[in-house]
Amino acid sequence: MLEIKNLHVAVGGKEILKGLTLSIGEGEVHAIMGPNGSGKSTLSYVLAGREGYEITQGSISYRGGDLATMKTEDRAAKGVFLAMQYPVEIPGVTTLTFLKTALNAQRRARGDSELDAMSVLKLVRQRATALQVTEEMLKRALNVGFSGGEKKRLEILQMSLFEPKLAILDETDSGLDIDALKLVAEGVNALRAPERAMLVITHYQRLLNYIVPDRVHVLAGGRIVAEGGKELAHELEAKGYAHIVKEPA
Amino acid sequence: MSAAADTKEQVAALGEKYKYGFVTDIEMERAPKGLSEETVRYISAKKGEPEWMLDWRLGAFRRWNEMTEPNWARVHYPKIDYQNAYYYAAPKAPEKKLSLNEVDPKLLETYAKLGIPLSEQKMLAGVAVDAVFDSVSVATTFKAKLNEAGVIFCPISEAIRDYPDMVRKYLGTVVPVSDNFFATLNSAVFSDGTFVYVPKGVRCPMELSTYFRINASNTGQFERTLIIADEGSYVSYLEGCTAPMRDENQLHAAVVELVALEGAEIKYSTVQNWYPGDENGKGGIYNFVTKRGDCRGARSKISWTQVETGSAITWKYPSCILRGDDTVGEFYSIAIANHYQQADTGTKMIHLGKNTRSRIISKGISAGKAQNTYRGLVSVHPKAVNARNYTQCDSLLIGGKCGAHTVPYIESRNPSARIEHEATTSKIAEDQLFYCLQRGISQDEAVSLIVNGFCREVLQQLPMEFAVEAQKLVGISLEGSVG
Ligand SMILES: Nc1ncnc2c1ncn2[C@@H]1O[C@H](COP(=O)(O)OP(=O)(O)OP(=O)(O)O)[C@@H](O)[C@H]1O
Ligand SMILES: [Mg+2]
Repeated sequence: MLEIKNLHVAVGGKEILKGLTLSIGEGEVHAIMGPNGSGKSTLSYVLAGREGYEITQGSISYRGGDLATMKTEDRAAKGVFLAMQYPVEIPGVTTLTFLKTALNAQRRARGDSELDAMSVLKLVRQRATALQVTEEMLKRALNVGFSGGEKKRLEILQMSLFEPKLAILDETDSGLDIDALKLVAEGVNALRAPERAMLVITHYQRLLNYIVPDRVHVLAGGRIVAEGGKELAHELEAKGYAHIVKEPA
Repeated sequence: MSAAADTKEQVAALGEKYKYGFVTDIEMERAPKGLSEETVRYISAKKGEPEWMLDWRLGAFRRWNEMTEPNWARVHYPKIDYQNAYYYAAPKAPEKKLSLNEVDPKLLETYAKLGIPLSEQKMLAGVAVDAVFDSVSVATTFKAKLNEAGVIFCPISEAIRDYPDMVRKYLGTVVPVSDNFFATLNSAVFSDGTFVYVPKGVRCPMELSTYFRINASNTGQFERTLIIADEGSYVSYLEGCTAPMRDENQLHAAVVELVALEGAEIKYSTVQNWYPGDENGKGGIYNFVTKRGDCRGARSKISWTQVETGSAITWKYPSCILRGDDTVGEFYSIAIANHYQQADTGTKMIHLGKNTRSRIISKGISAGKAQNTYRGLVSVHPKAVNARNYTQCDSLLIGGKCGAHTVPYIESRNPSARIEHEATTSKIAEDQLFYCLQRGISQDEAVSLIVNGFCREVLQQLPMEFAVEAQKLVGISLEGSVG
């Protein structure tokens, strides 16, 4: 599904990822943990195709294709979804309008027929209930004035609407209270499927109690420095990064 | 829910940048080139006007000869040679105006291309249309239904003949003949336009609408609109404008006068999409327009809403004279300037009466190498006790080569006045674009979505069916402005 080999990425002329190798198979959930500034969000942006994130070396293959050459919006239509660490506000654009625009843009790109306003509304309502995204939130401008937790729930709602093939969750758990964390985790678990892969970036082992990963990777200094099963997350929680990240890059 | 998303498909379907750029090949009848007393007499005679109207025009022409073109606006253009243009062009047609099925089918085709519901069958659309093609009003639909309500909606040339007393009573009382260079020019040579009268206590049963189209080359268009809302009446009026793509610049100098008597309300909306010129700034319409409304009676209200996406140069300040006590003036504006377009637009709110209130919401969007200026005056006169104004001016910049300018003038001569002014300037942020792209929305669609969001408060003021068109226009006029 996703095969990253020796990936080097520079941002603003500064190398952030320095030879990252990682591969995720269909139906797998992988977790990435790592200290602040280690390049976790950078990795997620590169996968999603953010401008300014320059691949200087290495390759990313996604479902047999070269991800790096694909346009950002095409990646989305082909199933790459990134739940962002800091969801963006768009004043004046209602959440529902945004969801409809995005959903139909993806459908169009895939050659599917577009959904009319009523069908979108039905679909959104159906997915929104479980995540406790209220009707009132859907009518408000996208993310404007949303609380941190509301923003994160809306990201997961989008994931559930777009039904991606590769979902990257960048610190979706940060800023969530316990109840919201459970909601989000349930939302994510409901989407676990044999054809879907997930990359969950987090600082806290807590999330991984709910979303149990197949593999855990430790990213430090722009490289994967340790890998293991879900026990690795416990170990990190107990001992910190210091004993794993021996030499800071 | 905003209709922005609903229109995406149509936006995509439109394909070209300026879909109104076609020319209709119709035999034209023109006044001799240039501007002289002869031209004025020619136009007046063509219209079969009474003596008083000719005198009024000639008076205007003499004043105009003594005036100089204004240069205070932040717009630049080569000197206009007023003698090298035509001031009257009309589709060659039988003398008398005919019913719809007798109008040149080519003209009707043009209107069909413009998407105007001209045919009576489209009555369900609930819009009455007066279509002005170059200088002549071609056909007015929905006459019968309006007649029933006592509403007069006809070409102004017809009103001059059929309702001379009313025209004489109001024409030039809001925008005086000598008001400004372009208004005076218009007074001398206006060739057609629309007249509306809504009787006492009548709520006009449908939206009234005029489409203006400049078709002939090298021809100025000078239409004149006069709307009178009698006591306690209500009318909503919309104008749309398009023109073919031409290399030369064409002058459009219209005058619009609105009179709201006691307790009346006029809502005037414009979707202006004159040809803006090409990417290199060649061609396009010079849109030098004087629009003013007079809240003459107490408790009357005039509301201007404009979506200005076209024209090479826009010079336009729809204004309200808040003469009556407790009157309300509103100005909602979206001005988009892309490529080499220049827009200098805004409003004047003149508070004369007690407890008068005005509200100004201006959204300026600049892209490419365009310059966009908001210029607004709020003036509170000594007798305007408790006058209130709220002004909000937001500018959005796309790219680093364009400019946005806000020039507010405030004159308060009554200490009880309350005037608030807020202004913001922002850019489409990279993270907003990335967020949209990540969700599968293309660059152009993302810009359209974000800009439509930015303009939402103004778009909401438009009648529903026009809001959809306006949203499309916003997207189209900014295509390719990022990336
Ligand atoms: N435009 C930029 N120019 C220079 N350095 C940058 C730029 N953007 C990010 N960086 C740097 O790249 C490094 C990695 O950032 P990144 O956001 O990927 O870290 P992270 O692992 O997600 O951290 P956190 O846990 O705090 O979210 C940081 O040191 C950051 O300062
Ligand atoms: Mg991060």
